Amino acid sequence: MSGVIGFLRRVGSRTVDMVWRLGFATRFFGLVLLYSGQSFRRLHLTIREIYFAGVLSLLIILVSGLFVGMVLGLQGYETLQRFGSSDALGVLVALSLTRELGPVVAGLLFASRAGSAITAEIGLMKVTEQLKAMDMMAVSPIARVVAPRFWGGVVSMPLLAALFTAMGILGGWLIGVVFIGVDDGAFWSQMQAAVDFRYDVMNGVIKSIVFGVAVSLIAVFEGYDCTPTAEGVSRAITRTVVSSALAILALDFVLTSFMFRGQS
Amino acid sequence: MTVARQDFLVDLRAVRFAYGEREILRGIDLSVRRGQVVAIMGGSGCGKTTLLRLIGGQLRASAGQVVVDGADLAGLSRAALYGLRRRMGMLFQFGALFTDMSVFDNVAFPLREHTDLPPELVRALVLMKLNAVGLRGAEALSPAELSGGMARRVALARAIALDPMLIMYDEPFAGLDPISLGVIGQLIRRLNDALGASSIMVTHDIHESLEIVDYVYFVSDGRIVARGTPDEIRASDDPFVHQFVHAEADGPVPFHYPAPSLAASLLGEVGA
Ligand SMILES: Nc1ncnc2c1ncn2[C@@H]1O[C@H](COP(=O)(O)OP(=O)(O)OP(=O)(O)O)[C@@H](O)[C@H]1O
Ligand SMILES: [Mg+2]
Repeated sequence: MSGVIGFLRRVGSRTVDMVWRLGFATRFFGLVLLYSGQSFRRLHLTIREIYFAGVLSLLIILVSGLFVGMVLGLQGYETLQRFGSSDALGVLVALSLTRELGPVVAGLLFASRAGSAITAEIGLMKVTEQLKAMDMMAVSPIARVVAPRFWGGVVSMPLLAALFTAMGILGGWLIGVVFIGVDDGAFWSQMQAAVDFRYDVMNGVIKSIVFGVAVSLIAVFEGYDCTPTAEGVSRAITRTVVSSALAILALDFVLTSFMFRGQS
Repeated sequence: MTVARQDFLVDLRAVRFAYGEREILRGIDLSVRRGQVVAIMGGSGCGKTTLLRLIGGQLRASAGQVVVDGADLAGLSRAALYGLRRRMGMLFQFGALFTDMSVFDNVAFPLREHTDLPPELVRALVLMKLNAVGLRGAEALSPAELSGGMARRVALARAIALDPMLIMYDEPFAGLDPISLGVIGQLIRRLNDALGASSIMVTHDIHESLEIVDYVYFVSDGRIVARGTPDEIRASDDPFVHQFVHAEADGPVPFHYPAPSLAASLLGEVGA
């Protein structure tokens, strides 16, 4: 009996905790937006964060994009040639990347490379009382530290996803055309004919923007909200990566179900 | 001696504060006259840092009033609080330097955030402040390259960058060698007088601070247990003050955080 009560109590307190955190995160998001004006007026702060979030993730994004594209080339050719339509390889590679793999895989990589770094940085600033010191100097840490990192992430993510997609298509071409010998002209012309700019490309871009907002928000929030100890920071980093991955996959499902209902 | 309220830059009246259930301060009355240097002393963990946070408006008192420069902090908007904080400088107990900036940029930070001074002037001011703490040569170092004592001196330079009206020092002497200790002590006094500021200093170093301060408060168990000018303190026969001045382990100030007896803990009798 007491076991049941204890269990219910734990469930209850967990739920209340979660609702609190969710409310806190929402309020935090509002504050970040409110203070964004200040950080736009001092653009160099945000540009610095674009450098950290974007440029430093570039290598892993480019390399992974290439490999994912090469795998798509191999697998796609293998399947398509069974139906005698290996000329459509370009279409398959391009559509998978622009619609799904580009935003999703780039988002996952971005969360583990840049998102975790943002959480760690803000968390450590909290541990060493830098945020408190800043607040004491009448400089809002949300305006000075959090908002630039948030916008740096939001701007970087779509660009990284686009680069990932471009590298992937290059990888698919490399395998399909250069190594396997699919017709070069067919590869590109079929891709051009089948991929719609608004329907395929833009929807992919929208996805990558949404993922960028989600990952950046989770990363700055977990850092700002962490327990100010070494252990607290490490737990916050783990939570950033895990929650970002879940958020990306769940949002991807929701967005896909709205965007692609098999009209074309 | 009666003093008009407006002579006080900082005035705490019956202030109480608790972290959750644990009450840390239970009715503190403390005031700082304009132009004075006041020391707050007390055992480790008695709530001195908490007291400074209350004065800086980073924590809200659960009861009582905290009045700074005539304004009751409880009623201030965030903007008004920030306005007040621009005229306060705080040296944090552990320095709290910005680790992604050089020593120079750390000291320049408040100047760049709050003024539109041209770069040459910022540079001149920063070098002056660094010179005052003896670290002009360290301007290009990053905080990671500083020793603990050096970091605190840089933090001190940063705290006074805007020439504040109220300077709060959380243990300015911790981690300093005897020479820097004397120099920093004199610096605190000189800065206070030169800027026409008032200073609050949390410290354990009673002998050094009696040389430079105007008034001393002793905190214990959430209350002010003794107070007085340095001469009164030296002459005091209050057991608390006596214990502090002569660094005795036994006396009214407990060395231990409240706990069951050591024997009981070791024998695992707690809660059994
Ligand atoms: N964030 C916090 N949450 C809960 N309790 C806290 C918190 N910060 C401090 N305390 C408790 O409040 C008490 C006073 O802390 P404070 O930091 O003010 O002490 P202090 O007088 O500055 O000590 P020291 O001389 O060691 O720096 C301590 O007993 C500590 O356990
Ligand atoms: Mg302290």
